[in-house]
Amino acid sequence: MSHSSTTTTANHSDSATTATHHPALVHHFDNMEQQKEAATFGMWVFLLTEIMMFGGLFVAYLIYRLKYYPAFVAGSTSIDVSWGFANTLVLIGSSWTMAMAVWAAQTGKRKLQVLFILGTMVLGTAFLGVKAKEYYEKYDECHIPGHVIGKGFNAWGGCSADKSKGNIAEEVIKRDHSIPEASAVQTAKQSEMFFAFYFVMTGLHATHMVIGLGVLAWLMWRANRGEFGPEYFSPVENVGLYWHFVDIVWIFLFPLLYLISRHQHAG
Amino acid sequence: MQSTVPLFPEQASTIAHHVDWLYLFLVAITAFFSLLVAALILFFIIRYKRTPDREAEQIHGSTLLEIVWTVIPLGISMVIFVWAAVLYFHMQRPPSNAMEVYGVAKQWMWKFEYPGGQREINSLHVPIGRPVRVTLISQDVIHSFFVPAFRVKQDVLPNRYMTTWFEAKEPGTYHLFCSQYCGTKHSAMIGEVVAMKPEDFASWLTSGKAEGSLAAQGEKLFQQLGCATCHRADSGARGPNLAGLYGRQVRLTDGHVVVADDNYIRESILVPNAKVVSGFQPIMPTFQGMISEEDLIQLSDYIKHLSAQQQEGPLNNRSTPEQIRDSEVKQVQDQMKQQDTVPQKTSGNNK
Amino acid sequence: MSTATANVMPAKHYLNDNYGIRSWLLTKDHKRIAVLYLASITVFFFIGGIYAALIRLHLLTPQGALFQADTYNKLFTMHGVNMIFFFLVPSVPAVMGNFILPIMIGAKDLAFPKINLLSWYIYIGGALFSLAALVSGGVDTGWTFYTPLSTGFLRTPVTVLAIGVLIAGFSSIFTGLNFIVTVHRMRAPGMTWGRLPLFVWANYATSIIMILGTPVLAITLILVALERAFHIGVFDPKLGGDPVLFQHMFWFYSHPAVYIMILPGMGVISEIITCFSRKRVFGYPFIAFSSIAIAVFGFVVWAHHMFVAGISVYSALVFSLLSYAVAIPSAVKVFNWTATMYKGSISLQTPMLYALAFIGLFTIGGLTGLFLAALGLDIHIHDTYFVIAHFHYIMVGGMVTAYMGGLHFWWPKITGRMYPEGWSKLSALIVFIGFNLTFFPQFILGYLGMPRRYAAYPPEFQVLNVLSTAGASILAVGFIMPAIYFIWSLKYGEVAGNNPWQATGLEWEISSPPPTHNFHETPIVTTEPYHYGAEQEVPVVP
Repeated sequence: MSHSSTTTTANHSDSATTATHHPALVHHFDNMEQQKEAATFGMWVFLLTEIMMFGGLFVAYLIYRLKYYPAFVAGSTSIDVSWGFANTLVLIGSSWTMAMAVWAAQTGKRKLQVLFILGTMVLGTAFLGVKAKEYYEKYDECHIPGHVIGKGFNAWGGCSADKSKGNIAEEVIKRDHSIPEASAVQTAKQSEMFFAFYFVMTGLHATHMVIGLGVLAWLMWRANRGEFGPEYFSPVENVGLYWHFVDIVWIFLFPLLYLISRHQHAG
Repeated sequence: MQSTVPLFPEQASTIAHHVDWLYLFLVAITAFFSLLVAALILFFIIRYKRTPDREAEQIHGSTLLEIVWTVIPLGISMVIFVWAAVLYFHMQRPPSNAMEVYGVAKQWMWKFEYPGGQREINSLHVPIGRPVRVTLISQDVIHSFFVPAFRVKQDVLPNRYMTTWFEAKEPGTYHLFCSQYCGTKHSAMIGEVVAMKPEDFASWLTSGKAEGSLAAQGEKLFQQLGCATCHRADSGARGPNLAGLYGRQVRLTDGHVVVADDNYIRESILVPNAKVVSGFQPIMPTFQGMISEEDLIQLSDYIKHLSAQQQEGPLNNRSTPEQIRDSEVKQVQDQMKQQDTVPQKTSGNNK
Repeated sequence: MSTATANVMPAKHYLNDNYGIRSWLLTKDHKRIAVLYLASITVFFFIGGIYAALIRLHLLTPQGALFQADTYNKLFTMHGVNMIFFFLVPSVPAVMGNFILPIMIGAKDLAFPKINLLSWYIYIGGALFSLAALVSGGVDTGWTFYTPLSTGFLRTPVTVLAIGVLIAGFSSIFTGLNFIVTVHRMRAPGMTWGRLPLFVWANYATSIIMILGTPVLAITLILVALERAFHIGVFDPKLGGDPVLFQHMFWFYSHPAVYIMILPGMGVISEIITCFSRKRVFGYPFIAFSSIAIAVFGFVVWAHHMFVAGISVYSALVFSLLSYAVAIPSAVKVFNWTATMYKGSISLQTPMLYALAFIGLFTIGGLTGLFLAALGLDIHIHDTYFVIAHFHYIMVGGMVTAYMGGLHFWWPKITGRMYPEGWSKLSALIVFIGFNLTFFPQFILGYLGMPRRYAAYPPEFQVLNVLSTAGASILAVGFIMPAIYFIWSLKYGEVAGNNPWQATGLEWEISSPPPTHNFHETPIVTTEPYHYGAEQEVPVVP
């Protein structure tokens, strides 16, 4: 048979070429470069998957936003933008520390790696802390959709100890004084859909943050052992990609949930 | 068990044979290509059976052939597409002279209501030779209205009216199935469609006892719920005048223009601030959770009948809704001499 | 290099490299993971098959012979979920793709062996959830989980099953990711895109759907679970949600998922037809490209499941038109396979029998898809047994047939031993007869108007239902036989040798079973795939 003519075998088999066999090189890759490219490419493919997942949610959000526009605007207005803004800054900061951690890995600075990864984790935790505070506020104001958590959804005030808080109907009237109360209450009720998306979207994002923190802890442990250097830093780089992706999701979430149409408040 | 197995359901509606012709065309296409492929395979198996003295002849392919067997299926499928689309458009557009029936689906039963107020459960009586438009809504989950003998099917949604129509040809009793899985007794959510000669249908309509036409019941509700306090004809009215509303274009406060159809009326009752008519305040309270689907149908039919009388004459110079309604109700009553055939009154109604 | 005559088991291969449970459960070898998948999906195939058998037995009489309606509803739900998410979706990719794809492109493993093992564990996790749903009473949503029924009306453990499917989805995402990276980055020198075996192209296209479609199903099921748990109203009309939005999101994954379930099968067929015709494949670029075309077009036809669900007539028009577009690449494949046989040297061994059955049954299944894409006709046959017959012609007549063909084709490679040819031919014949008798009557039933998911039916449908049940019992025999003789062959089968079929392709140049690291030295590829009869041509300079 002729099959032997179809292929020859490479003389440069992996063990032959990589005289300086890096300890991190896995057996089925020919060399470090192939291994690094595969890892990076894999992370991009994974992020594509993530984009589709968040994308489905964003599309659903936009559909309902169009359908219940005033309610979404009212719900959005009721959220304290300053905490969201603070969190945006915190995340951008964490992206910077993450980028620095990658740089430290590339240049083989072990202590700096650990420091920057730790910094990223601190900022990530801070973000989650602020998020928890925001969630608690929503809980206190009875803005958690459904009737399972807390006293049930109530967007027309009087739920929190501070009676001035959580009245979305009032937000609606503030925005347009000509709106009668009956209509404002209806709109406030419809804002339950907004809060459903607020919690699902920020919740999914926060879940990604929590997973990210876990991965960062593992990364820090490895960095501390001095595993990463100029020849091998793709775990740091790929966790960085993931972290930046999670940040970018927030960069979309923040305007969608906190900012859009808010300016109409004044008018 | 019959000795012969039927291959087609009865052709009991005017569109049934159109659908069957398309089906037969597709069966022919399927048979032709399946047999062609099967015949070629069989021929190749026999003709090119592996023997020691013959080697396979290597062929890389042929762009010409590839084009041929891309273009021919494309052409055929475009024929099918256009044919089926034309048929579909016909099936989606009820004739304007269609008789109205309302259907409410719930787990696991069909309720039908005629404009004259007659009601029945799991059975739908229709005249032959006249298009019938069925407006459907569900009280709970998604159902589907399926009459195989008429080749019609329409999912029944819980949040808006869907319509379908048919014109029965042959008197007879036909299956009505729920074809969208709807829970435990899905397969028991069946009924019958009884197609009758027009004269039989007329006498069937009058043989029972109705408590007043849908419009009349709707009018009662209209008063009970206090709708009339705001929806009046005079200039000081706080809500838009509903006479002549049905089927008309309405300009909303946000500048959009919508057609006032059943779904618009239903939404305006349940979510009044969703589409507010230009020039009015969004002050109407919601009736969500306070009235049943049957109530909504009655209100909707009442508002529809307010329109029927308003075709002539300018809008600002017309009788009050009460007058219109009285005459309309009388007309309907005259038509139907309503009595109720199937006195299965359900509790969800007219509380 | 060895030739096909060396019929002795290699001394050292991936199966005897080491022993013990740990060496399997912690393996990172793509071949062992494939075997793990093979074992687990076989279990689920038979569990799903038992549900199917009970369904068919129940439908022997119009009133339903065996169960209460709600038990029947749980049976068809569990049948659908098991067969789709735990058998069909992983079947060819996770078993044969895992085993053969890296070898075909000359790689020592998939790019991410740990993630590959992880995806098997994730699959098992999802499977355990689905079994938990069964043990805790069963779920009666139908595999489609339509809202608001699934979110607001059922007390059965819907959430448990939804989580099971969600988890299994991640397994499929990771498999897809692994394949894509492997095909891009791990090809041996000389293995250009134009030289990739068509099986690799098919799995590559499948992987694209897996990574882009599955996450949308994930988020949809998350919303369903949250809606059940917290009574948020995204799909609940009583709370202002839209149940039809669920259908859009669900079918955005689940229609492309149909191609996840057929494209890899098409890849198997391309391998088998060429091998048993001893021919180069006819129109290689067209078959390869049509896989990608199917994957891409597959994403824009989802609403053809919703022609009677209340979408506008114009969107119905667009989706119908696009559905015809996706049919063309499938037709192109069928014609190319048939043309490949022309002037071949055809031998009818079991894999070839399955491949030929595939072509015939897939042709019928595909053409009956045209009925369902035809707007005016779909109104009548939507949600009837016609749909059931159509997709079983694709899923069983297509994918399961291809899976069986592939399993016979690569069995000697996987185990090093041949299956018994006579028994396997007999079982292939039984499967073919049983399959057609089961599902052909369902086309007629559907046109007569029998709705799907009915636990009881009008008496005039009985004859056809009895025929179908009779067919199902034949089909069951046809599927039990291979289970027996495959196990038998593990010990008693004839030693296969490297290349029992004299096939081309890198997987046939290594020993059977392959060594743990596949290739002792990285191969260099110098020829096109399917270079049958290459000895007659000027040899390509190595």
